[in-house]
Amino acid sequence: MAFSVNVPLFAIVLCLVCSVVSSVLSGRAARRLSLALCAVVAVGMGMLLAYGMRTGVGTTYLMGHYPHPWGNELYFGVLEPLLLCAFSVVMGLCLLGGRKHLIEDLEDGKHRMYYVMSDLVLSALIALATTNDIFTGYVFIEICTISSCGLLMIRQIGRTTLASIRYMIFSLIGSGLFLLGVILLYAITGHLLMPNLKEAIGKLYASGQYRIVLLSAISLITVGLAIKSGLFPFHFWMPDTYGYATPASGGILSGLVSKGYIFFLLRVIFRVFGTDVFYRSGVSNILYVFGAIGIVVGSISALREKDVFRMIAYSSAAQIGYVYMGIGISPRLGVLAALFHILTHAITKPPLFLSAAQLSDTANGRLRANWRGAGHRNRIAALTFSICAFSMIGIPLTMGFVSKYRFAAAAFERTALIVPTLIVLALSTILNGWYFMRVIIALYLPVNRDDGAQRSALRKQGVYAISAIVFVLMNIVCGVAAEPLVLLLERGLGLL
Amino acid sequence: MRELLLRLWDSRIAVAAVILFAVGFVTLLLHRNLLKKIIGLNIMDTAAYLLLTSLGYIENRLSPIIQNGDTDPTRYVNPLPAGLVLTGIVVSVSVTAVMLALTVRLYQRYHSLNLDEIYASAQKEHGV
Repeated sequence: MAFSVNVPLFAIVLCLVCSVVSSVLSGRAARRLSLALCAVVAVGMGMLLAYGMRTGVGTTYLMGHYPHPWGNELYFGVLEPLLLCAFSVVMGLCLLGGRKHLIEDLEDGKHRMYYVMSDLVLSALIALATTNDIFTGYVFIEICTISSCGLLMIRQIGRTTLASIRYMIFSLIGSGLFLLGVILLYAITGHLLMPNLKEAIGKLYASGQYRIVLLSAISLITVGLAIKSGLFPFHFWMPDTYGYATPASGGILSGLVSKGYIFFLLRVIFRVFGTDVFYRSGVSNILYVFGAIGIVVGSISALREKDVFRMIAYSSAAQIGYVYMGIGISPRLGVLAALFHILTHAITKPPLFLSAAQLSDTANGRLRANWRGAGHRNRIAALTFSICAFSMIGIPLTMGFVSKYRFAAAAFERTALIVPTLIVLALSTILNGWYFMRVIIALYLPVNRDDGAQRSALRKQGVYAISAIVFVLMNIVCGVAAEPLVLLLERGLGLL
Repeated sequence: MRELLLRLWDSRIAVAAVILFAVGFVTLLLHRNLLKKIIGLNIMDTAAYLLLTSLGYIENRLSPIIQNGDTDPTRYVNPLPAGLVLTGIVVSVSVTAVMLALTVRLYQRYHSLNLDEIYASAQKEHGV
């Protein structure tokens, strides 16, 4: 057995160890450790991805070599390492790009705690994406909730504390429902490992036994995870949460944490319920409807926002809607589009938060009205903001375009959904274009030459510039050469 | 009718657990007082653990610790749900601790436990 198969377990343990070690380091050392951790995890996941591609089969990793039903297991194919590699790169870039604001926003002496929390979030993401045991999934969901709440509340202004408690309340409602769903599944099947659950559920569904309990369990688990990831109508915590957190946290929470829950839900759909049972249960149609409404409502709320950070946060609500709409369309092309959009959003949203923070520094405020001409003072941030906004709108050469194209293509798999999907996509593109272009135009409005005196030079921006450039390059490369990535996702979906 | 009542009596613990879960859920979602929200959270979690524990219990069987060298598994109850409940309790204790810490901080800043009042003072303070 190749060494690579140990990577997920090592990565989880390494993250936990690093977070414990970080608590006794200085802030600077903890930051370096965190960045190194992200790099190591990304490389490890790259190795695992290569292994998965070479063997072409999924790997079940028995912890302590105990076979089921006694042991705990991890499972990974191609999709898990691919997403985790992207997630750890994005997390590293968020920490790098948000450094200036982390230093400003956090109290002295609290910096190391931030990295404790970010390492924990990474470990929870890896565990959620690879675990083969649904109860382990529940435990890591809670670890993820607590540590992401830590990332949020560490900026000690009143509004973030208020936002944290709101975030916690919705998260806990979600995980309570999820737990009840898991207990119901355990009650009717007697299993917690995903393959055994799937087999037992298949038999129960075929025999028609416990139909109501099974349907309740499916709905509870789906709704629980949907609430946690912020699907309409449970997205009201988003603007405060993402908008007032320190920008690095905003990026991590919107780009990674909510996607971690969605990916876990996808694994549960494919590996526990089975696509047959799930798509026949009708829950997928509910996801489609709420996803589609979420897109429109999120975009309209974003349009009405004057505060740019809250606007970007509302746009996140719309993007979550896209992902759920994709899941609702079909188990093949729809989920493929959703997976691509998970990557798109993870690569596009964090740099939007980071560059908005840079721009609001030069513009003296978070409101759009104050941003007139700010693009001339901080060119790199304005350019990053514009390109990422283009990606969110769905302009060709960016990842956002490929996502939207994939959603439209997926809709043709189900004739009844073609028209509503296309209408929602068109409407959302118009709304996205409207609210993002307003900001971009404000950024590039002409200003007096005297104002330009305080322009921030590229070299002064240091690490932010590096992270912004990498984000933009990733976006454009994946947008132009999307086909290999789609093939990779398709292959991974086959192994899920 | 009699049959229905008997079936209800057989699953009385599950019914109680679901009612408790609903009470906790509604309190967590709708109550405006933060402390009561936290109590609601705990009721909700406890209800889930009650359901789990009751599933693992089989009447007239022993607790799952080998007694008098008897290794026949049919004489003992299923130990797994108890293990799950213990894990769940740890999770809910830590979540409660985080919620209480947040509540303390909000109270120190806004001198209230009522979420509506806290929102009102936050809006006054930040002017949005």
